[in-house]
Amino acid sequence: MSRKVPEERYRKTFSYKFRCWLEGTKDPFLGQVEMEPREPFVESEEARERREEDRALLESKVYDLEHNFEMRVFRRFYRVFSVLFCIFLVAMLLVAVSDLPAFGHGENPANNEVAQRYIEKGLEETGAVNIVTGMILDYRAFDTLGESHVLFIATCTVLILLRRDGRKEQARDEDNDRLYEPKNDVILQTVARILVPPIFLFGIYIILAGHLGPGGGFSGGAVIGAGLILYLNAFGFARTERFFTARTYRRMSFCALACYSIAKSYSFYTGANHIDSIIPLGTPGAILSSGLILVLNICVGVVVAGTMYTFYAMFRKGGY
Amino acid sequence: MAFVQNFPFMSIILSLFSGPLCSVLDGKRARRVNAAVIVIIGGMSICTLRYVISAGRPYVYRMGHFPAPWGNEIRVGVLEAFMACFFCAVTLLCMLGGIREREAQIEEGKQNLYYVMVNLLLCSLLALIYTNDLFTAYVFVEINTISACGLIMIRQTGRTFEAAARYMIMSLLGSGLLLLGISYLYAVTGHLLMSDIRQQVQTIAATGQYHISLMVALGLMSVGLAIKSALYPFHAWLPDAYGYSTLSSSAILSSLVSKGYIFLLVKIFYRVVGAQVVRESKVVNVLFVFGIAGMIMGSLSAIREGNLRRMIAYSSVAQIGYIYMGLGLATEAGSIASLYHVLSHGATKSLLFVAAAGLADASGGSDKYGDITGAGFRNRLAGVAFTVGSLSMVGMPMFSGFISKLLFAQAAVGHTHKMFPTVIALAISTVLNAVYFMKTVIRIYTRRPMEQAGGSGAAGPSPDAGAHAGMPGTESLPGAGRQVSLWEQPAKTAALLCFILLNLILGLNSDPIVRLIQSGFEMFE
Repeated sequence: MSRKVPEERYRKTFSYKFRCWLEGTKDPFLGQVEMEPREPFVESEEARERREEDRALLESKVYDLEHNFEMRVFRRFYRVFSVLFCIFLVAMLLVAVSDLPAFGHGENPANNEVAQRYIEKGLEETGAVNIVTGMILDYRAFDTLGESHVLFIATCTVLILLRRDGRKEQARDEDNDRLYEPKNDVILQTVARILVPPIFLFGIYIILAGHLGPGGGFSGGAVIGAGLILYLNAFGFARTERFFTARTYRRMSFCALACYSIAKSYSFYTGANHIDSIIPLGTPGAILSSGLILVLNICVGVVVAGTMYTFYAMFRKGGY
Repeated sequence: MAFVQNFPFMSIILSLFSGPLCSVLDGKRARRVNAAVIVIIGGMSICTLRYVISAGRPYVYRMGHFPAPWGNEIRVGVLEAFMACFFCAVTLLCMLGGIREREAQIEEGKQNLYYVMVNLLLCSLLALIYTNDLFTAYVFVEINTISACGLIMIRQTGRTFEAAARYMIMSLLGSGLLLLGISYLYAVTGHLLMSDIRQQVQTIAATGQYHISLMVALGLMSVGLAIKSALYPFHAWLPDAYGYSTLSSSAILSSLVSKGYIFLLVKIFYRVVGAQVVRESKVVNVLFVFGIAGMIMGSLSAIREGNLRRMIAYSSVAQIGYIYMGLGLATEAGSIASLYHVLSHGATKSLLFVAAAGLADASGGSDKYGDITGAGFRNRLAGVAFTVGSLSMVGMPMFSGFISKLLFAQAAVGHTHKMFPTVIALAISTVLNAVYFMKTVIRIYTRRPMEQAGGSGAAGPSPDAGAHAGMPGTESLPGAGRQVSLWEQPAKTAALLCFILLNLILGLNSDPIVRLIQSGFEMFE
């Protein structure tokens, strides 16, 4: 191919390998990465029997079709009724939507003194350049307090459902831990090594700049959580458990939520009793400004990141 | 501002804070924290109640530095404070009654999570009671839904998983409809604060503008909350959820969770939309019809049921029907009767669940009908408590159920269209109630033929005894039955005695309570 370099030497260069890959003659990852062709799915006789048995059990035990007259009648007409009901619901909601005030019109009831004050005085009263953050973490902080506890309790419910405590099961899983650990995947590990630090940094930036621009605890926490999940996928539980276990998560979320509750209790209490808050608002636009909002954003971010990671770990392994 | 006025806010924050706290403690400590929190909140609610009664008018409490349409606020009246006291008392007794079952049925490492759920559930109930903002209400409805799911499935059997999945689907549908309704209401009024929405709704209703949206919003919110509180056609999730979860869960779910939603619906009707608009809309008529259908169909299902706890659960469907029937009358008297029935059903249903667990305990852990024969002799207190609960549900004088039925009948008299349906439904439903409750009472006080002959019970429970309690330390063979003494489970004994007392108080001393509800109800305006 090349006239200046002998064929032997050319075959060793990067450009030759790249060309091969481009033309599809040689796959450079063949032999480097574990790959298995997938077998077509065939349901074994045993599994099919069990599935049918389960189905029969569902009908006889759960729905109790023999004794449940209503259920029998209901099942007979279910398809017809469900279609009719959906059509009715869609029609009703469409009629109702057409009756609503036109979207974005200046005279709408929603454009009243509430929104006006948020827009006109939001910066002055909360110190947050981002009005939305000012609204959710200062004007209506009580709702957001509830919302972050929704995340917490959702994690607890997933823990109840999926965490495995049985000694026997655990011992069996210890032997079989390879099941849950990823194979050493060169591509994934390389990419993760490059991507995870910027993802973390970006997440932290979103959280810390929540009061200055678009962002905040919820979105930043989600970014960090995604980074953690990527890291876990690349390097396995053995690596992540060095710094992040269920205990860490529980303590972290307890600290974050307690911090949120206490900080907000202070401001609720002083606000309701007409005591001046000692927390300064700072200069709008500076990173250390807007009173408690920065702290609350960090708390929310910690809870969200932990929640995302815990969901993933629970669904994958049932514990970590 | 008096210091007492801070108590409602403090009780919400305290229960909210104790949720995450319990997640880092072990099971035993979490239990103590939970009990302490409930007692403290109960005490604070009593102080608040006394303050509001002496002040004679409700007050609003600003959550933060910004006044109401901009910030959040809570509103405390007599009815709100009274409900908070009642909910705390019932929660405490339910938790007390089910200690042993919880320890046996919940995995060691997950005990503390149970208390996380209970604390956050209590917090959401308090917030639903006190809030003056529809969106805050929605946020806490979410917490309520998720924690109720957790309470159902923490006892890990196939039945509870199935029940929790069903509850989750139905309940999320309800939440979705509620949110949709709130959005419609916000679009036409531009407010989320209850008092402001009310003013706007008055003007909208007067001009006739946005009539369809208003009605759709009202309908969606009513249906959403009706699904969540198991009004008759939407009750499919209820029997399994109440019948198979661990004892304190079923008691709390039946007497508090559904009642929180009903209280929210009452608030939406009378504080957000306004009595006049609600009366003119046809939504109340639909609730009335479904309520009556529930009263009768729930009782019929209960009669057919062969499992004690599921029977009690079906009876809840009937009782929820009563409450919606009262709301459907759309008069002040009807709503007061409904609120009284919320109290009386809350106090009685948890009593029945705890007593049924006591009876099952004396029958080798089975609560099939065949196995509880004569259980009233083996566990005397549970037998007496069950009888009291049954008489109350049937509506015997002296017990709380009688007063609520009387109030329903009084509210119906003189109502132009709904008098006859109400009275007839009350009569039929009372007879049906009597059929299944008295059937059970007679059964628990009938000696088994084997026992009389001196043999140790032969009629063992069927092998798949649905709710096998699995008590540790049950020495006798399954189904054989054993004597349960009063001192074996002091906590359960105390809980049963307190429940009986609560029932008698509601039944014998109803006048001041009805007056309290009435004055609280007038403060809604």
